[in-house]
Amino acid sequence: MTEMLETTAPIVVIGAGQAGLAAASKLRDLGHAGPLTLVGDEPEPPYQRPPLSKAYLLGEMARERLFLRPSAFYAERDLTLLTGRNATEIRRDERQVMLSDGSALPYQHLLLATGARPRLLPGPDLQGVLVMRSLADADRLAEAVRPGLRLLVIGGGYIGLEAAATAVKLGLQVTLVEAAPRILGRVAAVETSDYFRELHRAHGVDLREGVGLAHLTEAAGRVTGAVLTDGSHLPADLVVVGIGVLPNIELAQAAGLTCDNGISVDAYCRSSDPAIFAAGDCASFPWRNQRIRLESVGNAIDQAEVAATNMLGESCEYQAKPWFWSDQFDVKLQIAGLCGRHDRVVTRAGAGAGRSHWYFHGDRLEAVDAMNDPRVFMVAKRVLEGDRPVDAAFIADPANDLRALLAS
Amino acid sequence: MVSITYIEANGTAHRVEVAPGLTVMEGARDNGVPGIHADCGGACACSTCHVYVAAEWIDRLPPRDEIEQDMLEFAWEPDAERSRLTCQIKVTPELDGLIVTLPERQA
Repeated sequence: MTEMLETTAPIVVIGAGQAGLAAASKLRDLGHAGPLTLVGDEPEPPYQRPPLSKAYLLGEMARERLFLRPSAFYAERDLTLLTGRNATEIRRDERQVMLSDGSALPYQHLLLATGARPRLLPGPDLQGVLVMRSLADADRLAEAVRPGLRLLVIGGGYIGLEAAATAVKLGLQVTLVEAAPRILGRVAAVETSDYFRELHRAHGVDLREGVGLAHLTEAAGRVTGAVLTDGSHLPADLVVVGIGVLPNIELAQAAGLTCDNGISVDAYCRSSDPAIFAAGDCASFPWRNQRIRLESVGNAIDQAEVAATNMLGESCEYQAKPWFWSDQFDVKLQIAGLCGRHDRVVTRAGAGAGRSHWYFHGDRLEAVDAMNDPRVFMVAKRVLEGDRPVDAAFIADPANDLRALLAS
Repeated sequence: MVSITYIEANGTAHRVEVAPGLTVMEGARDNGVPGIHADCGGACACSTCHVYVAAEWIDRLPPRDEIEQDMLEFAWEPDAERSRLTCQIKVTPELDGLIVTLPERQA
């Protein structure tokens, strides 16, 4: 069903990250000509986060290159970008958003693209304890790192592992502790955990699993190390905390919107208030009989674009096609699909150093982790998008040409 | 500055000036050239910054590495000779006058 597009109604987007920007751009591309305001709490215009823990921290990528659009873009598209301020309240009956600078923005449709924030350790802030999410976080870390310093990374997820890899390249002595029995336990199969454990150890990371943080030690407000759950004390000059993120749902909650591991939206990216949409890291949405929330660039862009389309009166369903990537040392990991309910993993040796892990639930392919094997990633992505059948035995034999999987 | 011409699939040409040191992808992004998505921001992870390089430029560009080659194979309608991922082409003074054509869509 296509209604007449509502092209002049005021739209407000809260959150100037990847999702917020994608939605605003899409609205203009689709012909929305009404007032359009993008509100971000960080001082910078929308920028890319993925390079922060990698090329940016390494000093290989200048700050200006992080920005998703040139500064002229906002004026050219008649898009009001308000940075350095928060939305403090949504007045749903008045259809207004209140901002921390005291102003009020009226809206016909509102998009919440508020993202997520790092989980923090309990206790007081200590100097030398850092997180890795924003440009400001990356700048603090870049300022603090020096060759020879002892870095403790808490958490063996992708952010922790990327921070560890980058720190090793920068000449730090790195220890990584993961409280769960294995790194990447929440997001990858045992085989992939094994692969990255080996990779990090080969590069000199002291990687310890099944041991968590009991508490940090400090002197005069500065971190000096950590006592671990096995009772050992680890001296450290710097600590990076990578223990996951929390979706920013407080604004939505206070407005009475339904939240469930994120701002709950339906297949059309609508919250429990049909005038309010949500997309990106902050939004949980229905996917194959469950409700999920994805923390990825791909999801942020695609979901925000669907939300934008629907804000103009269309009714497009968001069909998530989860994909992710991570760069660690000399390994490019590309993930297609979503790990979660596999009962079998098939390993395929690729050309050269390439390798891939194929996750099956019964006969159904669920996800693929491709390490230095972009061909596998590209094929797997298509196979998963098309929901094509895959024979595990065929995959396992490296002599078989994967193109056969795409033949109709 | 280095002059690069991006031609959309519909024939619309954008001749823009790009600073050396950026990538051909960033040149498109910073000048509002539509059709180069670069979802991954230049990590050679998504293949959505695919273009066809004008024939006379193929040999004047640094060659593809293995990862770019593999990604391109599954891009939208790749051309064995002319296809490149623009995030992998660094802009240098030698590229002045480069002409690239965008595919009808990105993968």
